[in-house]
Amino acid sequence: MNEGGERMLEIKNLHVAVEGIEILKGIDLKVQAGEVHAVMGPNGSGKSTLTRILAGHPSYKVTEGEVLYFGKNLLEMEPEVRAREGVFLAFQYPTEIPGVNNAYFLKAALNALRKSRGLEELDAIEFLEFFKEKMKLVEMDASFTNRPVNEGFSGGEKKRNEILQMSVLEPRLAILDETDSGLDIDAMKIVAAGINHLRSPERSMILVTHYQRLLNYVVPDFVHVLVDGRFVLSGGKDLAFRLEEKGYDWVKDKDIAEKSLGR
Amino acid sequence: MSVGLAAEMKQSKENTGVKDQEVYRAAFEVFKKGDAVKKAAWLHPVREKAFKRFLETGFPTLRHEDWKYTSVDRIAKAPFRLASESPAAGQHLKKLEPFLFTELKGPRLVFVNGFYSRELSIVPTSLQGLVIGSLAAGLAEPADSLKAHLARYADPVRNGFIALNTAFLQDGVWIHLAKGLKLREPVQILYVTDSEAPCTTFSRNLILLEAEARAVLVESFISLSENASLTNRVSEVILERGASLDYYQIQKESAPMSQVNTTEVAAHKESSFRSFYLTCGSKLVRNDLNVLLKDEEAQCSLKGLYLTDQDSHVDNHTVIDHARPYGKSDQLYKGILKGKSRAVFNGKVFVRKDAQKTDAHQVNKNLLLSEGATVDTKPQLEIFADDVKCAHGAAIGQLDEESVFYLKSRGLNEQAARGLLTYAFASEVIQQVSLEAVRAQLDRWLWEWLKA
Repeated sequence: MNEGGERMLEIKNLHVAVEGIEILKGIDLKVQAGEVHAVMGPNGSGKSTLTRILAGHPSYKVTEGEVLYFGKNLLEMEPEVRAREGVFLAFQYPTEIPGVNNAYFLKAALNALRKSRGLEELDAIEFLEFFKEKMKLVEMDASFTNRPVNEGFSGGEKKRNEILQMSVLEPRLAILDETDSGLDIDAMKIVAAGINHLRSPERSMILVTHYQRLLNYVVPDFVHVLVDGRFVLSGGKDLAFRLEEKGYDWVKDKDIAEKSLGR
Repeated sequence: MSVGLAAEMKQSKENTGVKDQEVYRAAFEVFKKGDAVKKAAWLHPVREKAFKRFLETGFPTLRHEDWKYTSVDRIAKAPFRLASESPAAGQHLKKLEPFLFTELKGPRLVFVNGFYSRELSIVPTSLQGLVIGSLAAGLAEPADSLKAHLARYADPVRNGFIALNTAFLQDGVWIHLAKGLKLREPVQILYVTDSEAPCTTFSRNLILLEAEARAVLVESFISLSENASLTNRVSEVILERGASLDYYQIQKESAPMSQVNTTEVAAHKESSFRSFYLTCGSKLVRNDLNVLLKDEEAQCSLKGLYLTDQDSHVDNHTVIDHARPYGKSDQLYKGILKGKSRAVFNGKVFVRKDAQKTDAHQVNKNLLLSEGATVDTKPQLEIFADDVKCAHGAAIGQLDEESVFYLKSRGLNEQAARGLLTYAFASEVIQQVSLEAVRAQLDRWLWEWLKA
């Protein structure tokens, strides 16, 4: 691993349960500033749980282990505190919020973050200028400004809206939960371009995906394979291609998988 | 069974509810001796009949189907005291400013304790075919149109509140627009309660729009005193062929007050009635809004938002009666409840046998913000025609926790996230308010209420 970057996230032996059922069974992960990690795995392996626990969803219970974010205990922070500290989750299923327009919502969110960082809040005009620039990035039509958050959006529009939010909020750690699922190839290229645009030495990303497809456009530094609540394999970007070729059954038996990788 | 029935009858006799009929009788005798009342002799039979009716039936009780969820005990059991004219009404303007829609530059009618205040009101210079003023003035020299319509729509037989209001009718709004007259500016109407001791205010409105006439009325109810006074207001609205009325009710009286608000609308051919009710503040509010779409292509749109907290109780009863073909109605009432408050929605839509091609749509949605709040909602469609398009629905729910999490994950704190979602729930109704001055003010009040 690139030990030169700043240690951003460290997950140690993380066990997580939902309604008494253990979903994550001991996850370890280190993310340095600037790195892009892909987490792949079959359905039900615990990918979404991992993203949601990092964002602070109240339904999940940590039964063991810890998560450090810049050395601080992330799990003790409220979701909004995590957001202010620079954690961002792009939701797999973004919530529709009828009655709240996109621009209003994002201005409130951005100003909450700015305020917590001691920056001046943006007024409506300043925000709109900033917002319009960001909208170009994900090729969103100006009409999105006044539309209610995600209401009546197509699947692709919702995902683009998540990337738009990410680009407005400029997080330090972006966690993307299956942002590629349900996108046609054109929408995915737009989303991927948005993600690539946000790559920087200060920003880390965790891309959770079922398919390797997105990784053709957003090339990760590391790939981790999650099966049944554990990382069974970790490697470079090539691992994604092998998975695509051989399917997840290949890694379900860790020994066989390691052998075939020549380890 | 028979024992039970006997017990019920006994109970219902005891429960006619009026604390002391003698007090009402004495007040009525004094009232009748007033100069203005004596002058309007033609109304005597109407008053006497209504008062008799009140003595017979008293106030409605929980045994009445239409009052099943709303107890008016606090009114029935309170000592009755008729509101008196405030001698210092003219000094109120400063205190009223926060409640005025200052952007509305048209006529303004102000009533203090039910009495028209000349000093506080702004009425247009007289114009042929236009009456915007007080009913008291109208009664003094009644036009044929007033005589033909007053007390013809709100039937005292229906309940004791209408009966009492009719018996004690004296002042209120009298608006008459002749054929084709269209008011450019909305008319602002303010009802102010200002009384040291609890009292009952009766207001009576008659609104007559002749063919193709058009008006916007914004009625606000407020109080400068904090006690358990009652506002009993009855409004009769007649829309002749092609007439159009936007009717706003802003109910923001102080917490200890009660209000019983009845509006009867008779909508003739191709006429259009649109209403918006904001109910926020008082302890007990009962709204009856009955719209009769009498003729072909008459239409109505009823919108309402009620915000309740503590132990307040708000009951909206609406009836939309489609009597003839090609009528249209749509209704959206939303409620947000806090504390131990309670809301009732009962929306009846009748589609009569003749009313083919009716298009009726009704929705009531409620958001409970506390565990102690309760809602009884009952949308009712009764369809006797066979070629109609009708839909209705009701919902009671809480804030969606996934949405709360979504907003928090973007940096909003718990309170801001919940506030925004609650605001969003209400804004669906507020966005439909077409009068910008009112919409902006509602928006501010809503935020204030949410933060309280």
